Amino acid sequence: MTIKEKEQELIEDFELFEDWMDKYNYIIELGKGINALQEEEKNEKNLVNGCTSQVWLLAEMKDGKVYYRADSDALIPKGIAALLVKLYSGNSPKDIMEHDPVFIKETGLEQHLSPNRANGLASMINKIKSYAGYYSKSIN
Amino acid sequence: MHIEKIRSDFPELKQKVNGNPLVYFDNAATALKPLQVIESVSNYYSDYNSNVHRAGHKMSALATTGYENARSKVAEFINAASPDEIVFTKGTTESINLLASIFENSILKDGDEIVLTQMEHHSNIVPWVALKEKLNLNIKIIDIDEKGQLLIDNIDDLWSEKTKVLSISHSSNVLGTINPVKELIALANKKGIITIVDGAQAIVHTGVDVRQLDCDFYCFSGHKLYSPMGIGVLYGKKELLETLPTYQKGGGMINKVTFDHVTYNVLPYKYEAGTPNVGGAIGLGEAIDYISSIGLDKIFNYEKELLNYATKKIIEIEGIKIFGNAEDKDPIISFEVEGVHNYDLGAILDQFGIAIRTGHHCAQPLMKKLCVTGTSRISFSFYNTKEEIDYFIEKINIAIKMLR
Repeated sequence: MTIKEKEQELIEDFELFEDWMDKYNYIIELGKGINALQEEEKNEKNLVNGCTSQVWLLAEMKDGKVYYRADSDALIPKGIAALLVKLYSGNSPKDIMEHDPVFIKETGLEQHLSPNRANGLASMINKIKSYAGYYSKSIN
Repeated sequence: MHIEKIRSDFPELKQKVNGNPLVYFDNAATALKPLQVIESVSNYYSDYNSNVHRAGHKMSALATTGYENARSKVAEFINAASPDEIVFTKGTTESINLLASIFENSILKDGDEIVLTQMEHHSNIVPWVALKEKLNLNIKIIDIDEKGQLLIDNIDDLWSEKTKVLSISHSSNVLGTINPVKELIALANKKGIITIVDGAQAIVHTGVDVRQLDCDFYCFSGHKLYSPMGIGVLYGKKELLETLPTYQKGGGMINKVTFDHVTYNVLPYKYEAGTPNVGGAIGLGEAIDYISSIGLDKIFNYEKELLNYATKKIIEIEGIKIFGNAEDKDPIISFEVEGVHNYDLGAILDQFGIAIRTGHHCAQPLMKKLCVTGTSRISFSFYNTKEEIDYFIEKINIAIKMLR
């Protein structure tokens, strides 16, 4: 699936919720659903800067596609990380780097989780793209 | 105290967050401003803005009077011996940085010692650690007990003939603990140790009499005291400040200037280089008038009531841990809920319109001592109410259910 298609699905999933509490519960559940990182993987190198909680993000490349794994000590950032992992994993570095995330606005999450708030959303997206950038160089 | 009337003085209280009325419990970070203060700043800029001390015209005279009146109000507010002992700065952080800078190679020389405490805010740690690296200083720490109170029984073992400075917070922005500063200063004075008090929190909730405390320096910020940001105070004993070197150089702080030599101005102007924050100072003066007109004792007693009420309710929450249970506290409660991350709690409470602070509160060494990466913190002011506390308790219980 392209990132755009996955993003559309994500937006549609959120349309099912009217209430902010339901949106948050969904994000929390998403977070609970991802595999936690190993203790050694929760290190300085994998830490996403700019979060008031701790978020770790790893990436690896397989057959020209980037796959991400993430974890956090707080539930909401973990859920956001899970959401981003779902959105971007399994796509090419080029597609990841070029993607402009519109779901923040379209899902209505912007008023609750805008990149200005200290939830690290912007920082996580930055790190995802910077991993993609790193892998795109190794392809060429 | 007419709470409704007081609340109506604070326009920001009308704000709604996510459809809910704002419940502002982050006063330790910065206070909301009454309309009287906002208008005093706005009026300055619309009616008599002009540069101060420098011109002979009417507008300048009005601005200068406004600025110097504010200085006198501050002097009176903390019972300084004279307005000359009040230096306007940007805030507590600049005040302490100023002292660290002018102490370098005057009061503090290579290999000297300074004493801080375990509960200090970064603004009273970082300038000294930076200086330590330059001057090879030894930093000694007064430790705290499990209640968050300073352990001072064996203080004489802590300092030596090399100890030159004691710099302590009057009260903790995390634990709320009000420290026995008068007692500590008396002990330090016996040894000829220079004393600095970081009064950023305490000035808001406690009466401060610098002559009674007998401290050499007292620092605080305007913005926690219902005044604009960008204005603060460094109080310093005249005899001491007169002997110390200057800080920032430029206009206003000089007497005569040639390319070869400069002579400096008298106190307090010696430490006020450049065009000051006149509007900010006027706002600070107005804030002092405002709270004085309500009555400081009334305010302090009411805030104690809020603290006690909130503490009683919050300890009923299952899995709650409060950091800082001193006998004497500012209206601040730092806590954590077992199995719940502070960040998540703050995020959910924010959706309900409740503003709390989560994180390390600019006190990383204290967090390390408490064995946490951060805490949640609620901090009150005299425009908060018991109804707001009830609302907070109701919503935090909902948040905990969502997050456990």
